[in-house]
Amino acid sequence: MGGPPVSPAQAGYQASPAGSAGMIELHDISKRVGKVVHIKPTSLTLQPGHFNVLLGATGSGKTSLIKLMAGLDPLASGRIVMDGQDITKLSTQKRNISLVHQFFVNYPHMTVFENIASPLRVAGMAPSEIQGRVEEAADVLQLRPMLQRRPHELSGGQQQRTALARAIAKESRAVFLDEPLANLDYKLREELREQLPDLFAGRGAVVVYATSEPEEALLLGGWTALMEDGHVTQFGPTSEIYRKPDNLTAARVFSDPPINAAEVTKSGSEAALDGGARWTLSGDAAGLADGRYTVAVRPHRVTPQRHSEADVALKGRVLVTELSGSDSSAHFQMGDNFWVSLASGVHPYQVGEDHTFYMNPVHCRYFAADGKLVA
Amino acid sequence: MRTVNQRGWFFVLPVLILVAFNALMPIMTVVNYSVQETFGNNVFFWQGLDWFEQILRSDRFQAALGRQFLFTAIILAIEVPLGIVIALSMPRKGIWVPVCLVLMALPMLIPWNVVGQMWNIFTLPKVGMLGYFMNDVLGVNYDMTQDPLAAWITVVVMDVWHWTSLVVLLAYAGLVSIPDAYYHAAKIDGASSWSVFRYIQLPKMKTVLTIAILLRFIDSFNIYTEPFTLTGGGPGNSTTLLSIDLVKIALGQFDLGPAAAMSLIYFAITLMVSWLFYTLMTKDDAG
Repeated sequence: MGGPPVSPAQAGYQASPAGSAGMIELHDISKRVGKVVHIKPTSLTLQPGHFNVLLGATGSGKTSLIKLMAGLDPLASGRIVMDGQDITKLSTQKRNISLVHQFFVNYPHMTVFENIASPLRVAGMAPSEIQGRVEEAADVLQLRPMLQRRPHELSGGQQQRTALARAIAKESRAVFLDEPLANLDYKLREELREQLPDLFAGRGAVVVYATSEPEEALLLGGWTALMEDGHVTQFGPTSEIYRKPDNLTAARVFSDPPINAAEVTKSGSEAALDGGARWTLSGDAAGLADGRYTVAVRPHRVTPQRHSEADVALKGRVLVTELSGSDSSAHFQMGDNFWVSLASGVHPYQVGEDHTFYMNPVHCRYFAADGKLVA
Repeated sequence: MRTVNQRGWFFVLPVLILVAFNALMPIMTVVNYSVQETFGNNVFFWQGLDWFEQILRSDRFQAALGRQFLFTAIILAIEVPLGIVIALSMPRKGIWVPVCLVLMALPMLIPWNVVGQMWNIFTLPKVGMLGYFMNDVLGVNYDMTQDPLAAWITVVVMDVWHWTSLVVLLAYAGLVSIPDAYYHAAKIDGASSWSVFRYIQLPKMKTVLTIAILLRFIDSFNIYTEPFTLTGGGPGNSTTLLSIDLVKIALGQFDLGPAAAMSLIYFAITLMVSWLFYTLMTKDDAG
């Protein structure tokens, strides 16, 4: 795939009201270190009012992109426009932004109060106003009783809440959250993730949230930019991207457990797995030229029981089974393909035995040899 | 009923023996000398605390002690800030890091008496490069064998040259342990480079700086070889620091009793000031 990826902005994909204030526009920004390209030319328009999620695996360039937007790393090319103002040449100190890191960054010798107040003090704000802002942020993040403590006297969750409070109290134009929940334990992560959208609602800042977990993107809603190998492969409303991934890699990124994929041969109105099930194609898929395609279907669409007449039977040998909560998943082998079934309820699989799974072909997506979604 | 397991003492015993040989016995020998008078042949006469009184009242001791404190104060006041500044200006990443580190470590690798000799030759008028340059090129009258001020400056400069590296290396170790994220956070908060130093770098260097100051205090307070080889304590008594004076009394005059008493006083002062330093610097023990 040559050339810069087409962003919705370039493709005339202006979903939010035109000319909305406070948005961040990236025009073909890129990053190079020596001869190594870290971020390929990327264009995005990030809107305030909802979460902008950067979703990608570790090393896909989420943090690099955030650092470019924050001005912490130099651009190799391109322009950044914030709120109608070109900030490409503006230093980090003057950009009026906030950043919350994956690991907890607070000034160690300052109290929680001083930590939250530090950007306001630097800005030369009146002490009475600082007091008000810090207390408001502390209330939102339930840090009131900890205001006079030092960071090392806090738990991990409280430390990260302090960092979030600093970002909120500053009331900056853009808030970058770089996997802020990654180092918290499960319970705290869920709790804080629920609070996050409310924390930033109505503050008018552009919120950018980097994560490697598809589930977080779905829960935080808003818009999602799928990142892979230093560029944005797809950008749009999160649910839309989830339903219609542009290409196979996007589909893989946005699925946990991994999406099931297999080679199929299409001839006439039928598709056939190598040495396995065959089914009749409908809709867009029926109109495809005959040949080889990759079919992909999400694990929760592959079930241990028949649900409808249209279901296709898939015979496979169960390799591993897992129970998580009230969901059971089964990893099974079908020819050369390793697939996963995810179903609610507890299913009595026999590891090593053959089992028949079912899927409705309407949930299948078809990708061409170059990975592009075709049907 | 509580059972007391006496076997625990066996585990402490090796350390006890080590400390006995390493510290207790040498010190007790000195204590033994400090309360007696001897003329050799292992004949001792009980003297009580006379030597201590004599030393503490003597002008000679007080003058040497004053010089010692002055010397230590000057070199700490120079080496600590200078070391921090050099550490701050060293590269944090890249190919120059090992080069800088080796260059910094070099002075510390030179044996102490060689340092003294080097600086002696280097600064002698007519003979040494610096001596020649100062006197014959710049026309400044500089002779540390004659002028007490020149001698002091030379001793101080020599120590700064020899030991600032220690502060640099320790401060540098503290600096490189600061994650980039802290600098990013400071930048995003809009902090100036002074604030970054004051609120991020200095607090993060505190632990290593405490050790650096403590080590430099102890070493400079006990310094002997370098100034002795450089000036021999002269001209006059101007650079006779405590240890030099002590050796003169013990081995020059062979007054073993007073020398032992002076050693103990010297030791007590070093111990007390070190403890005071350490307590003050670790009192506010945050991060």
